[in-house]
Amino acid sequence: MSAVASKAPVEKKSTGSPLAGMANDYIGKLRAGDMGALPATLALVALCVGFWIAQPVFMSERNFANLFTQGAAGAVIAMGLIFVLLLGEIDLSAGFASGVSAGVLAVVMTNHGWPWYAAIAVAIVTGLFIGLCIGTIVVKLGIPSFVVTLAAFMALQGVALKIMNNGTIISVKDKTVLGIANKNVPPAVGWVLFAVLVAGFAFIEIRKARTRISRGLANRGMTVAYVRIIGLAIILGFAVFVLNGERSQNPTFASLKGMPYVVPLIGVLLIVWTFVLNRTTFGRHIYAVGGNQEAARRAGINVDKIKVLAFVICSAMAAIGGIIAASRANSVDPNTGGSDVLLKAVGAAVIGGTSLFGGRGRIIDAVLGGAVVAVIDNGMGLMGYSAGTKAIVTGSVLLLAAGVDALSRKRALPGR
Amino acid sequence: MTASETPATPVIELRGIDKSFGPVQVLHDVAFSAYPGEVTALVGDNGAGKSTLVKCMGGIHPIDSGELLFEGAPVNVHSPRDAAALGIEIVYQDLALCDNLDIVQNMFLGREKKSGIILDEFSMEELAAKTLAGLSVRTVKSVRQQVSSLSGGQRQTVAIAKAVLWNSKVVILDEPTAALGVAQTQQVLELVRRLADRGLSVVLISHNMNDVFAVSDRIAALYLGRMAAQVKTSDVTHAQVVELITAGRSGDLGLVGTNGNGAKA
Repeated sequence: MSAVASKAPVEKKSTGSPLAGMANDYIGKLRAGDMGALPATLALVALCVGFWIAQPVFMSERNFANLFTQGAAGAVIAMGLIFVLLLGEIDLSAGFASGVSAGVLAVVMTNHGWPWYAAIAVAIVTGLFIGLCIGTIVVKLGIPSFVVTLAAFMALQGVALKIMNNGTIISVKDKTVLGIANKNVPPAVGWVLFAVLVAGFAFIEIRKARTRISRGLANRGMTVAYVRIIGLAIILGFAVFVLNGERSQNPTFASLKGMPYVVPLIGVLLIVWTFVLNRTTFGRHIYAVGGNQEAARRAGINVDKIKVLAFVICSAMAAIGGIIAASRANSVDPNTGGSDVLLKAVGAAVIGGTSLFGGRGRIIDAVLGGAVVAVIDNGMGLMGYSAGTKAIVTGSVLLLAAGVDALSRKRALPGR
Repeated sequence: MTASETPATPVIELRGIDKSFGPVQVLHDVAFSAYPGEVTALVGDNGAGKSTLVKCMGGIHPIDSGELLFEGAPVNVHSPRDAAALGIEIVYQDLALCDNLDIVQNMFLGREKKSGIILDEFSMEELAAKTLAGLSVRTVKSVRQQVSSLSGGQRQTVAIAKAVLWNSKVVILDEPTAALGVAQTQQVLELVRRLADRGLSVVLISHNMNDVFAVSDRIAALYLGRMAAQVKTSDVTHAQVVELITAGRSGDLGLVGTNGNGAKA
């Protein structure tokens, strides 16, 4: 380190180059037990490479696009669940909340001829209402969320049956709703979205780094910001490039390229909720309540309101997940959102790095974890494994992720 | 001890406070006052009502009867927010910080600075760093450290800095050194003294007589929910205070003596 003393606001570097500092910070965080996205990212890369070697078709453009549509509904439900998990609560009913919302969507659209926008609005309002009920019961009666949502899980299963006349399958015919999971963004538009996103990220990162430097706050200089921007550009650019590739088996007959509409949809939800969690008071209070409810209460935070809102967001996101599922399946039946949908969504959040003990997690975890779950499902399917084997492997991965969570928590709280 | 002779008015004064939880009366006709620039130690055995008294001041428990005066004027404190608005801050022994948040986030918890709807992280970080520097805190490496990575003394320091951040007038510390080692206790006590020297009124709940005599200007001893005596630290001995805590009286001090509240022994 040089011993230059300058009065002007200069870049305060700790030791060595800013990148080494960034790496040091990261290692420090890992040591402190905050594994963040590392395990999920490593697992994702390992799984992709493994399946690629075993089954080269796994890495084809077609399968890549498939992965997104397969995993989308689960990832969106998982995003909502993260709000509840951050509080240290659980919502077992999110799966059937998505099923009931999708059922409402299909019934008003197909049986009553509502336009798609009204149907989607009603479906989301259904989700909001379910969340409001669950949240209010948890908060006002003080029943553990596990029990309340278990009851809701069973009741909503019944509601789904009732809505669909005891088991009829209702097909979805509306082109807009079907398009969510089945249509693709034109490749040029895909590149425009890419450019807007990278430019926006660059603007925010550079401004943040500049402000920190000019206000004399601890910073690592501009280099780290540039590295992050270039990193994001490479990852997104690769994804857009692959998704824009031709994946029709007979391109002259029907061309099939561009990212599925669910990809920008997930992107928007990811950005919005990440903003809410990281940059707003509400988000800060979610973390506070999850970290230490009593401290939050004493800091004057309305803990009950935060909890109810988290359940409302969770069920509303489940409704959006249900709409995506309905779009992908072209229909809704009483089992939409049933079977293992909820469990896989919880699994996705936990695999992504969200703690079941509350207080730790990010929205991106839902996407990363959802990707891991979808890749296992898809890759093992391609290799011809049975559903039984897939479920066993998914379960093992979840256990592994929960183990990492529990161990890192032990590490983070020495002597407790 | 630098207790000047009778400072003007107490910052906070309680008169005739009664408080019951169901059939159990915890506080009987308690009087208490704390002066600016002084450390007032609140002592008493387990169950004497120290925490209850403090929670009444902090607006966590409503009082059944009695008067609460702030800077000489009667006030009503119904919630922690009311207390905070007056400038009364309580630092709890535990339960005060969120482990998963960093120092800045904890210090501003519930009172975040915003520009528009966005949290103003830069201003909060600057102010947090300035407050810690103002308290001559040098043990904290970065204000962006997670609280889970801090030692007990550092946590207590952050909790106290959090209370000072809001230009508070009364800072109430509930057993700040109970869980700390020797060196950390020393650091926290120095910080407590510095707060009072800056003109704040500090109320220190403690079981540790060494701590009490090391930093306090006045001692208020509770005995079974009654105020046994309020005395200047320089006027009493270690043994007298222990007697006040354990028996409610010591010589002419105490419940039947001149400084008691007229309660029957």
